[in-house]
Amino acid sequence: MNAPAIEVSDVCCIFGSQTVLSNVSLHVSAGETVAIVGESGCGKSVTMKVMMQLLRPTSGTLKWFGTDVETLSTDKRQQQRLRLGYLFQGAALFDSLTIYENVAFGMRQTGEQNEQRIRQTVLERLNEVGLSPDIVKKKPSEISGGMQKRVGLARALSLSPDVMFYDEPTTGLDPVNSRRIDDLIHSVRQSRGVTGIIVTHDLRTVQRVADRVVMLYPRYKLNEDAGQIIFDGSLQELAASSDKRVHEYIGDEFDTNLPRNVEVEHRQPLLKST
Amino acid sequence: MTTTVAENPINLLGRGIRNFFCGFGGLVVFMTRMLVSLRRGLPRRHVLVPILYEIGVRSVPVVLVTGAFIGMVLAVQTYTQFKMMHMESRLGAIITMTLVSELGPVLAATMLAGRVGSAMAAELGTMRVTEQVHAISALGADPVSYLVVPRFIACVALIPMLTAIADAVGILSGWLFSWHVLGINPHQYWMYAVQFVTGWDVMAGLIKSVLFGCSIAIVACQQGFHCGAGAEGVGRAATQAFVFSFIAILGMDFLLTVVLNTTYYLIWPQAVSLAIAGVW
Repeated sequence: MNAPAIEVSDVCCIFGSQTVLSNVSLHVSAGETVAIVGESGCGKSVTMKVMMQLLRPTSGTLKWFGTDVETLSTDKRQQQRLRLGYLFQGAALFDSLTIYENVAFGMRQTGEQNEQRIRQTVLERLNEVGLSPDIVKKKPSEISGGMQKRVGLARALSLSPDVMFYDEPTTGLDPVNSRRIDDLIHSVRQSRGVTGIIVTHDLRTVQRVADRVVMLYPRYKLNEDAGQIIFDGSLQELAASSDKRVHEYIGDEFDTNLPRNVEVEHRQPLLKST
Repeated sequence: MTTTVAENPINLLGRGIRNFFCGFGGLVVFMTRMLVSLRRGLPRRHVLVPILYEIGVRSVPVVLVTGAFIGMVLAVQTYTQFKMMHMESRLGAIITMTLVSELGPVLAATMLAGRVGSAMAAELGTMRVTEQVHAISALGADPVSYLVVPRFIACVALIPMLTAIADAVGILSGWLFSWHVLGINPHQYWMYAVQFVTGWDVMAGLIKSVLFGCSIAIVACQQGFHCGAGAEGVGRAATQAFVFSFIAILGMDFLLTVVLNTTYYLIWPQAVSLAIAGVW
């Protein structure tokens, strides 16, 4: 049996006097797309940053592709990290660099010297996310938020990751751009077989791209020994859940049968009309 | 009257001491991390050159203005006192000596802590709050190597040069003011300047400026890297970068002056007797 692509066990995160995560255990198998949902402040983004090792947990273990990250040397860890891509909530493009330099950044840092190859990859990735090569000389501040997200995705995909983390990919975007990002997440998975982990508040994104849903509950609302993950299952199981806290979050209109075909779903209503 | 725990002066003192040592420890850890990254390799040229330009070339006007005014102010302040002792011809010695060994390095470093240090803290702080620092890690690079090491190299290499420029401009402006306004003989100005200022004084000033450059880079980058959330956090990081750099510059100036003077008299013990005898 293959080891999970990403696995966290008994992770606790304490910032100052505040416990943000407590005993969170979660695994993501290769090829699946998992959505992490929950109300604001429950620790979704922190969980994802711990999975990417952008934050070090106070306690607990993290495994990438079956290997405990703490046992890896610094160089090996850096190498393994290149198998993971991250789309940040605000895109996090380097504002002093052009779009071209942003997308080329990862390749240059990994020692790629061939400028021709870098240029070709940059243009391919921009094309993959539906952006024209005309924007390569622009700075991030000169393009819209939706385009910034797509450039962020192109940058993350430039290193051909096996796992993609999406931190609130559609937050702050209009419905058209949200749908575009959902389509991209879907097509990245279809074309590359990339494992996906998505933190989102947008249930339409969950319905359209996720295979499995994990729901976190804020630490301060739970008993001392209660687990923070209150739900872990498929979309159907989520809709059928009898947990009051789950229903409070998803509402009554959760539809598990939204088509996932990129072309078709544009023509379908995303949620049942109320 | 009841005193709450927060108002208790012993608690406040304890918290202050704890915060001081935590802050100092954080600085030491950050510096160690930077030195480890520096050992792994130098930054690439396309990363280093823009930072060298920003820190070095764009600081020249500030340093020129600072140096020029210090030189003239020194001439004005010392002229009256020296004239009372009929020693105004030695103005060149006091201006050059003060600039090269003390005021040049300290004031140039202070100006650069304000211009360069605050800007670095604000830039890195903004990168942190907008997750650009995390993005660097996510793309397989080390943020300390990419962001801190080039800034450290630029500060250490260029702040001594900028100090030398400030010294030179200060000495020249002092000379011009003494000659044209105060009527000092230019030949005597330069003769006493050369006679009293030794190579050691120049070197001591440059050693100070190298260490001031280190402290500005480390303090500013550490503040930027650990800044709080939002615009308020970035603003506070920029202010603290200047304040802590300034305190570090003054503290280090005192310690370095003591150490360098002691070293000087250990190497040349005869200088002590000459100084006591008033010959030198």
